[in-house]
Amino acid sequence: MRSSVIIFPGSNCDRDMDVALKKFGFKNQMVWHNDQSIPKSDLIVLPGGFSYGDYLRCGSIASKSNIIKSVIDFANSGGLVLGICNGFQILTETGLLNGILQQNKFLNFICSNVYVKVKDKQNKYFKDLKKDVLELHIAHNEGNYFCSDDELKSLEDNNQIAVTYCGEDGTENEKNNPNGAIKHIAGIFNKNKNVLGMMPHPERMIDKYLSGEDGSLFFKNILDNFK
Amino acid sequence: MEVTEAVAIDHGLKKEEFSKICELLKRTPNLTELAIFSAMWNEHCSYKSSRKHLKKMHTKGKQVIQGPGENAGVIDIGDDDAIVFKIESHNHPSFIEPYQGAATGVGGIMRDVFTMGARPIANLNSIHFGSPQHKKTRNLLRGVVKGIGGYGNCIGVPTIAGQTTFDESYNGNILVNAMTLGLVNKNKIFYSKAAGLDKPVIYVGSKTGRDGIHGASMASATFDDKIEEKKPTVQVGDPFTEKLLLEACLELMADNSIIAIQDMGAAGLTSSSVEMASKGNLGIELNLSEVPCREEKMTPYEIMLSESQERMLIVLEKGKEEHAKKIFDKWNLDFAVIGKTTNSKKIELIFDNKKVAEIPIDLLAENAPIYDRPWKKTKLPQKLKFDKDEFKTLKLSDCLKKILSNSNISDKKWIWDQYDHTVMGDTIQKPGGDAGVVRVHGTNKAVAASVDSSALYCFSHPLTGGKQIVCESYRNLISVGAKPIAITNCLNFGNPEKEKNMGEFVECVEGITEASKYLDFPVVSGNVSFYNETKDKGIKPTPTIGGVGLISNYQQMLTMGFKTEGNLVYVIGKTDGHLDQSIFARELLNEKKGPPPTVNLFNEKNIGETVLDLSRKNLIVSCHDVSLGGILTAISKMCIKGKKGIKINALKGLTNKYEYFFGEDQARYIIEIPKASLKKVNEILNKYSVHFDELGTVGGQSIEYQDDINLPIEELADAHKYWLKKYMDS
Repeated sequence: MRSSVIIFPGSNCDRDMDVALKKFGFKNQMVWHNDQSIPKSDLIVLPGGFSYGDYLRCGSIASKSNIIKSVIDFANSGGLVLGICNGFQILTETGLLNGILQQNKFLNFICSNVYVKVKDKQNKYFKDLKKDVLELHIAHNEGNYFCSDDELKSLEDNNQIAVTYCGEDGTENEKNNPNGAIKHIAGIFNKNKNVLGMMPHPERMIDKYLSGEDGSLFFKNILDNFK
Repeated sequence: MEVTEAVAIDHGLKKEEFSKICELLKRTPNLTELAIFSAMWNEHCSYKSSRKHLKKMHTKGKQVIQGPGENAGVIDIGDDDAIVFKIESHNHPSFIEPYQGAATGVGGIMRDVFTMGARPIANLNSIHFGSPQHKKTRNLLRGVVKGIGGYGNCIGVPTIAGQTTFDESYNGNILVNAMTLGLVNKNKIFYSKAAGLDKPVIYVGSKTGRDGIHGASMASATFDDKIEEKKPTVQVGDPFTEKLLLEACLELMADNSIIAIQDMGAAGLTSSSVEMASKGNLGIELNLSEVPCREEKMTPYEIMLSESQERMLIVLEKGKEEHAKKIFDKWNLDFAVIGKTTNSKKIELIFDNKKVAEIPIDLLAENAPIYDRPWKKTKLPQKLKFDKDEFKTLKLSDCLKKILSNSNISDKKWIWDQYDHTVMGDTIQKPGGDAGVVRVHGTNKAVAASVDSSALYCFSHPLTGGKQIVCESYRNLISVGAKPIAITNCLNFGNPEKEKNMGEFVECVEGITEASKYLDFPVVSGNVSFYNETKDKGIKPTPTIGGVGLISNYQQMLTMGFKTEGNLVYVIGKTDGHLDQSIFARELLNEKKGPPPTVNLFNEKNIGETVLDLSRKNLIVSCHDVSLGGILTAISKMCIKGKKGIKINALKGLTNKYEYFFGEDQARYIIEIPKASLKKVNEILNKYSVHFDELGTVGGQSIEYQDDINLPIEELADAHKYWLKKYMDS
């Protein structure tokens, strides 16, 4: 499976994502933000970080970058686009995903392990995933997902909510929600479920010496579904 | 403006220093020249009070590639890999403007590291605040933590460990010390020594603004009531630009274009250009009209003194200008050829086609004043005679809970949750352990790092305190299974013009030197911060040690949490029950006098090597050093981390349980041993002739000790974990 990771000035999880993708067998290449086109890919990843310093608003300048038109075209033609953390913020700024990511409820940056519940498995990311709850890792200041009532209803009606924050046993409540996101949302799809944006970083959880290993399941599952 | 003695004094120079300048120059300097002298001759840049004593430090070792004197120290960790590291203070600016002060402290130390060609792989920090009751403490803490996080998180370098303390002596002078480790190929290290004539001098990074002018002089003076008026001297950081600068510099460093490189830190363009020329024994000519400026009509004076952040000065090979410019253009950074190296051995500044300054380099560097300041020895205080009957009114379990929730012992998760500690995907020991550990990317090796200071011990007896912190750093590294290699130090002291403060400095340095020599734990970099004093009240002497060690196979890393029920727990090293200067004495007896615990370097080394041997042979499964709060505090942390309890044995020949459990004797570790390894462990302990106590057995969900203690771990965790969060929320 061929993947491309876009590097924006200020991206800082690009290398981590490259390492993770290659570890599980993706043929990955790095693409610079000023390039006009993306090499042939089966998956495009917008990595975490602070693209363009996150000035103005997180992800907003990246959503107007040279490369982004190719990303949007790719998504609209059904290609898999994954945005992690800042990548999720960029996807909402481009309009590929609904809603916005506000500053965390308690106004602090949070770096911590979290549990997320997989809410939908009818998609190329989570189909046949063996677990329902994954232990992943967050590191963000603006991860508090919010959208209008209409948008929320549409997300729910179309099963576009991908993952929600929860406890180890899957319980969703205020206590297990680290940033105040509406409906505990940690990640969402577009309508066709080929575009996934989520705040947690699976690429930081890929071997047992790190914070955990559930990230491995995530990457392996995408590959398995591609075969 | 005419330069007079009064103007010189306004620039922080002493009367005698001004006469010396006139004498050396054989004329009165103009204002720009005076500014350059004031920037180079202040304490912060010239080390004029400390240099004499720093020379004595132990700085050499088998693995040392570069000792003090460069942007950072460098050590060899095998297979052509080297670690570049340094700690630096940003105390004065952080008190005036906590967010920007702390942020630019982190930015500055990272630049020192990547200037040498290394990619930063870990950040640490040691931060010290006034009493929790002081009205400014909460906001200062909040601002500093946000500033450190704001900068480090954006660059994408994990913050893997730190230290936070509270003491009223920091009420008017907080301390913010930031440390960075970087990884470099040992054949691709870059230095700041210029070489060759007529080589282009390049300015890259952000534009120069009016921020930070006089920053270095501000850091070389004591504070008064009006200090907050100095806010404009605090620099403003832009981590995004630094990230671009980091990537651009590393890209340019991949080939052989750079002769010398130096970041513009304290005293900006002045000190970076003078240092490069001085080290290369050359002259340098700068055309200041070519310097990219952020504001209009900046004068040579302002350009030379600005401490705008995220800027570098590079001496390039001739003909490489276009190649270099392309890289900086790609990263959207300013690039300008602003001068050249010369054989004049002078710094010559041109502005608007006129020469505006001309000073022989040696007057600024080698001829800078050095002071042999008078100092006073601190006598070892008398050991206290505690009234042990008074102890009996105290319940052991209440004492323990009180100590665990003490501001200096309690868990600092509220802080490190705000630092990205996992980015780069190689953090294998997070903050909250004895040391942070990151893997050397793509290898089996890992690097451990820890920051430590013990102001209470250093205040009571600086010589012992100096030794103790080096030992503490050594133990913290060994506790995670790392072999200690070298240290960096940040020497935070009061006013060196006072004999007592100067004495504290001299004796702490002596202690550090003695211990680092004995333990073969050399000092490779560091900085000195004097004048941490407000309205005549100085801080307690606070030398901070940043230690770095190597784990050759990261799978052998140790953590402190208890692992398996039924395993045995030993205390390695002898417990005499030293309570003077302990948390127990302060917190429960309100007793602040007495000497710090004695440091026995033979024991430190022997016991340290024993523990390292045990871990290399995979005979122990967890380890923690015993420090503040004594054995019971250490044990509690191991229980909380491992979510397992312990049954403590009835201890033979115990004279006093309070002394035993809360004494802060040095050179001790607690280890957890699987039953199957017990015989081998005992053999090794006997081989090294190390004293040990069989403390107990891992099991259950509480700490149990005879009829005295039966505390569920949950209760311990509550006492330990929430003090800081509650304090910040209140």
